[in-house]
Amino acid sequence: MIPLSWYLVWAAALFAVGLFGVLARKNIIAILMGVELMLNAVNINLVAFWRYLDVRDITGHAFALMVFAVAAAEVAVGLALVISLYRRRQTVAADEVDLLKW
Amino acid sequence: MTPMQLIFIFTAVASTVAAIMVVTRRNMVHAALFLVMTLFGVAVAFVLLEAPFLAVVQVVVYIGAIAILMIFAVMLTRNVTDDESGHPFNANVRLALLSAVFVFSLLVVTLGGWAQFSAIAPFANTSGAVAQLGEALAAADGYVLAFEVASMLLLGALVGAIFVVWPRQAEND
Repeated sequence: MIPLSWYLVWAAALFAVGLFGVLARKNIIAILMGVELMLNAVNINLVAFWRYLDVRDITGHAFALMVFAVAAAEVAVGLALVISLYRRRQTVAADEVDLLKW
Repeated sequence: MTPMQLIFIFTAVASTVAAIMVVTRRNMVHAALFLVMTLFGVAVAFVLLEAPFLAVVQVVVYIGAIAILMIFAVMLTRNVTDDESGHPFNANVRLALLSAVFVFSLLVVTLGGWAQFSAIAPFANTSGAVAQLGEALAAADGYVLAFEVASMLLLGALVGAIFVVWPRQAEND
């Protein structure tokens, strides 16, 4: 059978890749994709802990569902902001949007 | 090596490689399609973890809605920054790589010291998990508050997204 460590190491790798995408990419949509990767890594962890620790405690499932809802909301608002930004400034590069930078 | 382990290794390697492609491809449409591949790998992991309901939700919500929304947004904002020309990364790429490697090794080292790190899944009957989840989401001593807050969050996000992209004549010039 598959040990718990495999899932945890895989989720950690996905989280690190997503973190790299968030920190290093220029395109705002690519940054949102990195956030999605990180949220998926968290979901793998939640479900793996549900399966390996106590199946009767459904908290892992419930929080995975909350993560789905939050991810959907985040993507809807984030992409709306990107499209609005593109209409006004003709850019989707995060480092060109520096109006609020002090 | 059991068939389950082989399926897991194949899925994990394929979706991690696809995730690396997501954060490195210059062409954003390719990145979005690799994101679909990664999300599908996570769905396979849910099946292996005996959570078929979450696997279905993963395919429907993540691949069916979120990834398609990403592809729409990429196509609506095309050819401006890093599609065919220019560099996909900003100036902090080395620091970002360093911190990603640091976070990964910190997570692995910390989890490696945990006693149940290489535990095997206990034999358990998981067939009632979906019914249990439905009851927990509607029970007062369960997650009904979180459920309602999530529904309000989705409603607010929907209204906010429409408000943000609503065309306003006076500001368009």
